[in-house]
Amino acid sequence: MEAKRKKRYLITFLILILGVIAFLLLNICIGTVQIPLSELKNAVMDGDSKLGRIVLDIRAPRSFAAMILGGALALAGYLLQTFFHNPIAGPFVLGISSGAKMVVALVMVFLMGQSISVSSGMMILAAFVGAMISMGFVLLMSRRVSRMSMLVVSGVMIGYICSAITELVVTFAEDSDIVNLHNWSRGSFSGITWSNVGVMTVVVLVSTVIIFLMSKPLEAYQLGDSYAQNLGVNIKALRILMVILSSILSACIVAFAGPISFVGIAVPHLVKAMLKSAKPILMIPACFLGGSVFCMFCDLLARMMFAPTELSISTVTAVFGAPVVLWVMVKRNKENHG
Amino acid sequence: MNYFFRAEKMTVGYHNKPLIENVEFALKKGEILTLIGPNGAGKSTILKSLTGQLELIAGTVYIGEGELLKMPGNLRSQKMAVVFTKRLHSELMTCEDVVATGRYPYTGRFGLLGDEDRRIIRQVMDMVNVTAIKDQDFTRISDGQRQRVMLARAICQEPEIIVLDEPTSYLDVRYKLEFLSILQRMKREKNLTVIMSLHELELAERVSDKILCINGRYVDRYGTPREIFTRGYISDLFSIESGSYDEESEDMELVRADGEPKVFVIAGAGSGRRTFRELQRKSVPFAAGIISRNDLDYPAAKALAAKVLAAESFEPVDDETLQSAKEQIDRCDTVICCREHFGTQEAYNEELWKYAQAAGKQIYTAEAWKNTRIGE
Repeated sequence: MEAKRKKRYLITFLILILGVIAFLLLNICIGTVQIPLSELKNAVMDGDSKLGRIVLDIRAPRSFAAMILGGALALAGYLLQTFFHNPIAGPFVLGISSGAKMVVALVMVFLMGQSISVSSGMMILAAFVGAMISMGFVLLMSRRVSRMSMLVVSGVMIGYICSAITELVVTFAEDSDIVNLHNWSRGSFSGITWSNVGVMTVVVLVSTVIIFLMSKPLEAYQLGDSYAQNLGVNIKALRILMVILSSILSACIVAFAGPISFVGIAVPHLVKAMLKSAKPILMIPACFLGGSVFCMFCDLLARMMFAPTELSISTVTAVFGAPVVLWVMVKRNKENHG
Repeated sequence: MNYFFRAEKMTVGYHNKPLIENVEFALKKGEILTLIGPNGAGKSTILKSLTGQLELIAGTVYIGEGELLKMPGNLRSQKMAVVFTKRLHSELMTCEDVVATGRYPYTGRFGLLGDEDRRIIRQVMDMVNVTAIKDQDFTRISDGQRQRVMLARAICQEPEIIVLDEPTSYLDVRYKLEFLSILQRMKREKNLTVIMSLHELELAERVSDKILCINGRYVDRYGTPREIFTRGYISDLFSIESGSYDEESEDMELVRADGEPKVFVIAGAGSGRRTFRELQRKSVPFAAGIISRNDLDYPAAKALAAKVLAAESFEPVDDETLQSAKEQIDRCDTVICCREHFGTQEAYNEELWKYAQAAGKQIYTAEAWKNTRIGE
């Protein structure tokens, strides 16, 4: 039993790591200009050539962003699912992404109106504030509704309210901002620079390490409050940490790529099915890797399917993510009534 | 006297609203304390307060010399383990995984199990008899198995005291007995102190060293089973109005059929109880006699018969009782004789039977009566 499990874990991580590498290469090589793998090295070495520019200035930062933000998104979803003991929780359905988007839109329109350029840090901060506002509402609701479906419904409602406010802001903003904002608010990895990648790497990496260090108390937390409490876990402190970390991760994603749907819900379930275990110490790294693979895959499709027209990333993630959510709900239902 | 676990002037309740005040008890190492009381009396509330899951409104809980609820979480978890009624969430966990979570207070930063942890897990699973199901999914086992796994988990925590909330409630009789036997063994072998709530009074009486009776407002009684199970007390504690509970024999009966008895049951040596209950089911008022007070039939007769003709234990039946029995037969039309034959010391019942025959009463054996449709 033990040996069989270890083998499964090993294979899962192997697949995920290979997937990350493969999709990183694919995302860099495939595009309107195809770059054969053999020429990739030359292109990278000679940064000033045409291919070099495409790889280094456009595709590489975008691919790295998809990798890092995808991982962050899956991890944020996993944290929220654990927090609420709710398998269909995620930053998007709970309205956290929309809250972040709302505040970012407000800040962007306001600052651009004053002709002040918006820095990455400011964007993250604005998104974090928005995420915390939505999270606050969701937490308030979670005290009043006990059913998991009701929690999700209230999250979706909060999301709608935030989106409505965002729309309102966009409608009354000046023309030039709208194009910018509109593209971003639908979710996209395009236009990401290396300095963006630098900032997001630091934020996401630090958060991920902290979350990984929390894997032991998280494991106890999964058993339920009363058992975690008896095992000596400081539940209040752990909860606060979970809220803050999942909000930071969600904020980081929204700040750089806009709201992206379904990755946060679907990926944890997919990797859980691969691992056949819900242990945080396995799930945390696996979610990150799985989210990276999933997002890079979806971004590739978003870019390529109707090239040169680019789809919004959420269009693609929804196509692959939503069925997973349905599958989870049906499975749950069967377990509860079977 | 040196007590190991003490609760002093505890006030418990939700949201700072006191539910039960002044809860006090003291246990020596290896003692079993059981909380009994009606539904919603506050047994779970007290247990939750003891484990720190609910904040104590007032009072102190001592374990050894230390204050339990002021200890750091990890230290406390090495002293006290719990089995609650609330289901433990176990996603994709085998029974062994669930048991292993008991090692949490002893594992390192990442919660990885060492060889010593694995040895203890194996040993405890053997002891509690769950080794056979260790690889099964925890959500797919029976209630009885689940409770044993939960107990194994708690024991793996190597606590000095274990708190259980209604651990036997969903178990069938075999598992109830098995579960409590394991607890008793833990108490003997590991000197484990146990605090639990039970609904089964007869089990509480057998397994407990001390019993705490809670009635929803205060602790009504606290003491040994002998001190608790006095005549009439349980009916009082549970405010039993429909039916009856006899503390001495633990005989539990439904509401008696009242009215002028039309049936006389000759019983004794435990032969009449089933007939009494059949009569109760058909709602037929009856008289029963002559039953010695130390007879198996006596508690049921006392609870169910409209009139009981009884004799003192180990005393001959006096003429007065015999005479009243005969008068009672006169007022009935039917006599059921549950005695297949009369013993040498049982001449009085034989005399009643002959008297009934002479008076021309309809006489049935218990078996024959069952097949009549009287009372239907």
